[in-house]
Amino acid sequence: MTELWKLTLAEAAAALEAGRCSAHDLCASLLGRVRAADPQVQAFLTLDETAVLAAADASDARRRAGRSLSRFDGVPLAIKDNLSVAGQPCGCASKILNGYTAPYDATAMGRLREDGFIPFGRVNMDEFAMGSTTENSGIRPTLNPWDTSRVPGGSSGGSAAAVAAGMAPAALGSDTGGSIRQPAGFCGVVGLKPTYGLVSRYGLVAFASSLDQIGPLARTVEDAAILLDGMCGHDPMDSTSLPGRHGGYAAALAEADVRGLRIGLPKEYFEVAGLAPEVRQAVENMAAALEQRGARRVEVTLPRSKYAIATYYIIATAEASANLARFDGIRYGARAHDADDLLATYRQTRARGFGDEVKRRIILGTYVLSSGYYDAYYLRAQKARTLIRQDFEAAYRECDVILAPVAPTPAPRRGELSDPLQMYLADIYTISVNLAGICGISVPCAVTNTGLPVGLQLIGPALGETRLLQTARIVEQAAALGVRFPNL
Amino acid sequence: MNYEAVIGLEVHVQALTASKMFCACANRFGAEPNTLVCPVCLGYPGALPVMNAEAVKKTIEIGLMCGCAIALRSKFDRKSYFYPDMPKNYQISQYDLPLCGLGHLAVGGKGFSGDPLPDKVIGITRIHLEEDVGKLNHFGRSSGVDYNRAGVPLMEVVSEPDMRSADEAYAYLTVLKQICEYAGVSSCDMEKGQMRCDVNVSVRPVGETKLGTKIEIKNLNSFRSVHRSLLYEIERQTEAVRAGEKLRQETRRWDDALGQTFVMRVKEQAHDYRYFPEPDLMPVVLDEAQVAAWRAALPEAPEARRARFVADCQVTPYDAHVLTLEKPLADYFEAAAKAAGHPKLTANWIITELLRELGEKNLTIDTCPIPPAAFGKLIALVAGGAITGKSAKDVFAEMFASGKAPEVIVQEKGLQQVNDSGAILAFVDQAIAASPKAVEEYRAGKTATIQFLVGQVMKLSRGKSNPQTVLALLKEKLG
Ligand SMILES: [Zn+2]
Repeated sequence: MTELWKLTLAEAAAALEAGRCSAHDLCASLLGRVRAADPQVQAFLTLDETAVLAAADASDARRRAGRSLSRFDGVPLAIKDNLSVAGQPCGCASKILNGYTAPYDATAMGRLREDGFIPFGRVNMDEFAMGSTTENSGIRPTLNPWDTSRVPGGSSGGSAAAVAAGMAPAALGSDTGGSIRQPAGFCGVVGLKPTYGLVSRYGLVAFASSLDQIGPLARTVEDAAILLDGMCGHDPMDSTSLPGRHGGYAAALAEADVRGLRIGLPKEYFEVAGLAPEVRQAVENMAAALEQRGARRVEVTLPRSKYAIATYYIIATAEASANLARFDGIRYGARAHDADDLLATYRQTRARGFGDEVKRRIILGTYVLSSGYYDAYYLRAQKARTLIRQDFEAAYRECDVILAPVAPTPAPRRGELSDPLQMYLADIYTISVNLAGICGISVPCAVTNTGLPVGLQLIGPALGETRLLQTARIVEQAAALGVRFPNL
Repeated sequence: MNYEAVIGLEVHVQALTASKMFCACANRFGAEPNTLVCPVCLGYPGALPVMNAEAVKKTIEIGLMCGCAIALRSKFDRKSYFYPDMPKNYQISQYDLPLCGLGHLAVGGKGFSGDPLPDKVIGITRIHLEEDVGKLNHFGRSSGVDYNRAGVPLMEVVSEPDMRSADEAYAYLTVLKQICEYAGVSSCDMEKGQMRCDVNVSVRPVGETKLGTKIEIKNLNSFRSVHRSLLYEIERQTEAVRAGEKLRQETRRWDDALGQTFVMRVKEQAHDYRYFPEPDLMPVVLDEAQVAAWRAALPEAPEARRARFVADCQVTPYDAHVLTLEKPLADYFEAAAKAAGHPKLTANWIITELLRELGEKNLTIDTCPIPPAAFGKLIALVAGGAITGKSAKDVFAEMFASGKAPEVIVQEKGLQQVNDSGAILAFVDQAIAASPKAVEEYRAGKTATIQFLVGQVMKLSRGKSNPQTVLALLKEKLG
């Protein structure tokens, strides 16, 4: 039998069900892998081994008593540090939340816990999900497990790196402008950003409320679908969560088929300066492979794409400037106790607690909402957002799924994206999806000749997850990359 | 030159709901600090608001009572500023699309000074819904925040600058409170902070149409302090303008102990609230039929009730005004009048006897020991001639003290009015025999003396004789 840490989520569930291993063994194997690999990757911020093993033992006891919560009872999941798990720290990789313990479960987390999934540590991220490299973590950077001189992407860099390195079968992340899909692409794992409102945001520490969405990172499309099944559906605690029942995504994968599927390639996406040849080639190859399997390739146009980055950075920072106002040290988290008065407490707490990128975005967001500037920035950005959404609506009259790069290049070297503007530009392929509120998935599709993963992005219309995941499954098969783990 | 004041009020009224505006915590006053809190109303990371539909309904109801235009599409916005009483450092409020638009309130009656006010209509600019903030407590060198109040639904009623005197402002507040209580949308207890008021006041020469420099007064926690601060501020501003001083736009704080206002901040220090639409909440969409149903179910407005009391119950307009000032009193009156079958007499007894007694005992109509049906029964006994008016006052006092039913007290004390001429005749004879001097005077033409004799008969019968019968028999006997 292979080492347990190498099992995918579905394989682990099957092994547990068949009694080939216990949850305790599974978790112990993963903890061993973390001990071996994480010193080089630095994906985990905290990992309470005792709590994990206790939860695994409880799961094993349930299984022995025939009272398993679900097929997945006992499967561990790494959790991004911005998702509330009752009794665990939830620091958003920020110094300002030092000492804070979440008093409640995020809805998505709670639903997975009800199925028996075990929270497996807190994984690193760019502070408050602001960044594309996990270098903006207020604690320490995470490194790309395939090449530790490179970044894992961000902001869910810890989630992607942990899954890629075999330190967790799957992880939860959040995606505001590409924060699941882009690190998934850089680390060679599957990353799904569901339609806005499909997964409850309750318990996800807000960066940009109208853009944030929780999603899974996993080593297979099937695992991502299983986790989406477990998390999705209306939540009365989140007013923006969509009504109705959803799910059945994993089951629908059995019918994955691209025959007759219209695959749209947005012409503007291939005109981006800085699109690396190996990325362009990988996308082209996959388009051809899908055509071979019966899909039809169509060119679509998203003419307002050029406004996406500006629009995104106005809306996201505006919302963030208010969302992050609550971090003042008064009720929880770190406080500057040496400040003389209220104003100084606010100033010093926030000056010391927040990192540069977070401060930059708060200032930007405060500025665009200021009296006299609101109409010129925020209001115009909202109008542009509507146009961007309409672009996609028009494109989906011509095609069923859009095929695109995830990022212009494979994982950059550390420090390479230190210029904020350059970092923002790298989000070009992912942020429109959040602005339009639709769904997108990053699937590994190639490996460069230096061994770096190249991801490919599929973009579906609102609530188009079933077909999106089915198509991703075909991409996964066509790419035929097999099981790979970095040497750590 | 004569000056006039221009006054507008911003009144915050807590909505009477079971739970808070955006979470399931109880909306209740007086609990131990920080016991009615949860991740949502404490602004914990990741928590999200969910709108309380009952609070929206209450706001629409008060809007309908004030004749406001109801917005079928409304939304919430974030209002940003830092203060420890506000858990998120932004308040969820409504900026450009409030639930209720233009409306009006009719004021009249008397001002705080007791002077009668002419009837006048005060415009209402808007009514919007927001969340209340926590309460700061200072202990020597440290401070604490109680977040029990944070997230309580708060309706803000903004008036037009239509008031011209402190008395008018007082009358407006009285009517607004009255309407909120009538509609059951708030308890309006100012001591519990359920109703709070900010005042905008400026002065200008009479005849001028342009507004003067606006001063805002904060920290007003009673109608009395609104009235006092306005008197103070109008005088201060008028003197300043008279002296040629140029006022600056500022916010002032009322110090109730000193009876003065002090500068809190000037215009340049005003907050930029950076309003933007609340992304965590969907727009509020109401349909016409729903609003119509709420409108149809509204309680009778005080104005309408007043008119009905005058027309149907034969009470004077002033008595109707007194009876309708508070809804519980008007309800009491209606219930008592129904039991009595004599509304006019019931009104008289409530105004002269009941309200006096309540006032003396420091009680309100809600804590009145006599239930309205029992009070009505007492009136019925008087009206039907079963007891005399004099006995009735004793019965009333006993009812107030013991809570016993009036007929029981009448029985126990033997206060049934004596209507039997034979029995009364015996008392009449006794009185005549005992007062020869009075009899003589009466017969000599001093007819008023008969009242003395009536009194004697009543005394002998311990107040139970029918006074009309006594009078008739005396006249007959004395020829
Ligand atoms: Zn609460």
